[in-house]
Amino acid sequence: MSKVLSNKTLYDKIWDAHLVGQHDSGHSVLYIDRHLLHEVTSPQAFEGLVQAGRRPWRLECNIATPDHNVPTVDRQSGLQGIEDPISKLQVVTLDDNCKTFGIEQFDINDIRQGIVHVVGPEQGLTLPGMTVVCGDSHTSTHGAFGALAQGIGTSEVEHVLATQCLVQSKSKNMRIFIDGQLGKGVYAKDLIMAVIRQTGTAGGTGCTIEFCGSAIEALSMEARMTVCNMAIEAGARAGLIAVDEVTLNYVKNRPYAPKGEQWNQAVSYWQSLVSDPGASFDQEITLNASELEPQVSWGTSPELVMGISEKIPEPGDFSSPDKQELAAHSLAYMGLSAGQSISEVSLDRVFIGSCTNARIEDLRVAAEVVKGQQTSKQIKQALIVPGSGLVRQQAEAEGLHEIFKAAGFEWRDPGCSMCLAMNDDRLLPKERSVSTSNRNFEGRQGHLGRTHLVSPAMAAASALTGKITDPRKYL
Amino acid sequence: MKAFSKMTGRVAPLDRANVDTDQIIPKQFLKSIKRTGFGDNLFDAWRFLDEGSMEKSPNERQINFNFVLNQERYQGTSILLTRSNFGCGSSREHAVWALLEYGFECVIAPSFADIFYNNCFKNGLLPIVLEEKYIEEMFTEMKRIESLGDGQVYSLMVDLPGQCVTKPDGSPISFEIKPDNKTTMLEGLDEIGTTLRMQPAIKAFEKRHKAAQPWLFS
Ligand code: SF4
Repeated sequence: MSKVLSNKTLYDKIWDAHLVGQHDSGHSVLYIDRHLLHEVTSPQAFEGLVQAGRRPWRLECNIATPDHNVPTVDRQSGLQGIEDPISKLQVVTLDDNCKTFGIEQFDINDIRQGIVHVVGPEQGLTLPGMTVVCGDSHTSTHGAFGALAQGIGTSEVEHVLATQCLVQSKSKNMRIFIDGQLGKGVYAKDLIMAVIRQTGTAGGTGCTIEFCGSAIEALSMEARMTVCNMAIEAGARAGLIAVDEVTLNYVKNRPYAPKGEQWNQAVSYWQSLVSDPGASFDQEITLNASELEPQVSWGTSPELVMGISEKIPEPGDFSSPDKQELAAHSLAYMGLSAGQSISEVSLDRVFIGSCTNARIEDLRVAAEVVKGQQTSKQIKQALIVPGSGLVRQQAEAEGLHEIFKAAGFEWRDPGCSMCLAMNDDRLLPKERSVSTSNRNFEGRQGHLGRTHLVSPAMAAASALTGKITDPRKYL
Repeated sequence: MKAFSKMTGRVAPLDRANVDTDQIIPKQFLKSIKRTGFGDNLFDAWRFLDEGSMEKSPNERQINFNFVLNQERYQGTSILLTRSNFGCGSSREHAVWALLEYGFECVIAPSFADIFYNNCFKNGLLPIVLEEKYIEEMFTEMKRIESLGDGQVYSLMVDLPGQCVTKPDGSPISFEIKPDNKTTMLEGLDEIGTTLRMQPAIKAFEKRHKAAQPWLFS
C-alpha cells in the first residue's frame, strides 16, 4: 500500500489546517476564523484588553449579540425594557465595547438578535471547515456544519480578541456511529439524550466527537445542531458532523456565506472535509436509532435519562458508588421516587426554547402537537421563546404564534430565557418544568427548581396534559 | 497570572461527583462585569439556605451549617478534595475566579471537565488528577481524623515541580500533568504576550490561509 494515503479524521483535518505554531510550553497555537461574543463572558475580556493596551487582531472575525440576560417581553422598549439595573449594565457594556472597538453587533433592537448559537448559523457566520469559538460551552452547536467549534473561558475570549489564536492541546478522536431510523415522535433531542445516557457526562472528556451513520445523515441541519449542541453534555468540548448536501443547502445564500465563484471554490474544499476511510478513533460508540422511544431526563445530570415508558430507576441500579450517590441525590432534589412511572409526574411550567431547540423546525413540531387544543389548567406558565428575531418572524409568517397563543402559551421575544433563568423567566422553588433546553442541573432554571429535559414535541404534549406525556399520541 | 510552585495547605472534602459550574457559581452572579467579587458566592446554593443575589450582602444570608465549607474545622482551607468530573457544564471562568477568591489554590479530583480544567491554568488554580483509589483513601482518612474530634487537621503538601502530593503521614503520591500545562503554571505565563511574540508566524499563517480559503477573508 502506498504511504501517501491520508488517514485523518475530520477533526485532524480542521486542526491541521489551522495550526499556526507552538508555544515553548508545548501548547499548540490554533488560528480562529470566527469569534462570537455575548454579554456575560466578554466584559472582563474587554477590560483585560484595555488594561493591557491591546486591540482586537482582526475585527471582522468577531460578531456579538446579547442573549443570556435580555428580557423576553417588551422588546420594543429596547434597553429601557431591561428592568434589572445589573442585567442592563451588562448589556450596555457589550454595546459600549462593540462601539469602542468597532465590533459588529446584532443589538437588542436588531431583528437578527437572538441566542448566539442560533444566530451564527442563521446568518451564515458559521461555515464548514472554520474554527469557531465563543465564551459559551454550547458553541459545540456549530460543529453540525463540519466546523471545529468550541466553548472557551473569558481569558481565552481575551486571548482570541488580541491574537486571533487559541492556545490548546489537541484532543482525542471519538466517533459515535448511529444507524437506523428514528421512529415517529422521536427526534434528534431524544437521540442525543440517549447518547449521553450511554456515555455519561464525562464519557467524551478530552475528545472531539464526530457523529456519523445513517441516522445522522438523515437529520436536517436544525436537528444536527441539536445533536452537536449537547456534545458538551457528553463531556466533549466539540462535536462534529461531516459536510453533505444538507449542509450546503442550508448554508447557501445566507447573508455571510460566500457567493458566486467563491461559493464554488468553498464547496469543493468543504467536500474534502470527511474522515478518511482509514482514519482511526481513540474511542467508538454505536447506537441504533430505530430502537429509541421518546426520552426524558429524571435527575439533575443530563446523563440521568429514561425512555418515556420506563420506571424511574433506583440508586442500586447503577454500578459505581459515584453514580449511586448522584441518583440518590437526584431523587431527593427532584422529589421523585424510584419505581415511579415518569408519566405520573405533574408539572408547573413548560419551556420551549434555548439553543438546543428554539429553531423554526422545533416550533413547527410543537405547533403541530398543540394545534386546536388547550394547555392544562394545572400549568402556571407555558413559554415559547424563539431562538432569534428571525425565527420569531418566520414563525409568525407561518401563523405558528396564533396556534400557540390560542392554546394558552406565551409568545415571547428571543433570548436564553428560562434555559438558565438569568432574566425574569424562571421556576420558583420546587416547581417542576419540562424544558427543551440542555441542562437539568440543580437550580439551573431557578433556585430549587426541578427540570425535565425533553424534545419540543414532548414539551408541547406535556403542556396539554399537565404531566410528562408521550408526544406520539398527538402526532 | 500568579505562578504556582509548592504549597502546603489544609484540605476541605467535597464528597460529590459531577459538581457543575452552575453549582460552583450560580448564574445570578454572572451579571457582574468584573473579575472579582465571586468568592462570597462560591457554592452559593449549598452554603446558604436563602436564595442569593448580587444585591444581598453575605451578612444578611442564612448560613447552611450542614454544608462542609461552613464547618468550623474547614475554615481557611486552601485545597479542595472532590470527586470525578468536577467543573462540568457551563464554560464560565467565574467558577475558577470564585474558587481562587474564596481561598482555594488547588483542587484534587479523579477527573475534571475540559473547559474548567483549561480555565484553571489561565488563572493559577492548580487542578490535580489522582487515581480514584488515592482520592478514596484521602476521604477515608479525613473522616477518621474528623471522628477523633481532637482538632487535628488534614494537610497536604503539593509540589508541582516534583509532581507530587505528600500526605500527612509523609507518604508521597505522584501525579501526571501535561508538560505544557505545567510550564504555564510554574512560570505564571502571560499567554497573550507569548502568542503576540509569534506575530510574524500568525501573519504568515493568515497569508497562507487566505490563499487556501479566500472566502474567509472577503
Ligand atoms: S440557550 Fe441556554 S445553553 Fe444556550 S447559550 Fe443560552 S443559556 Fe447557554
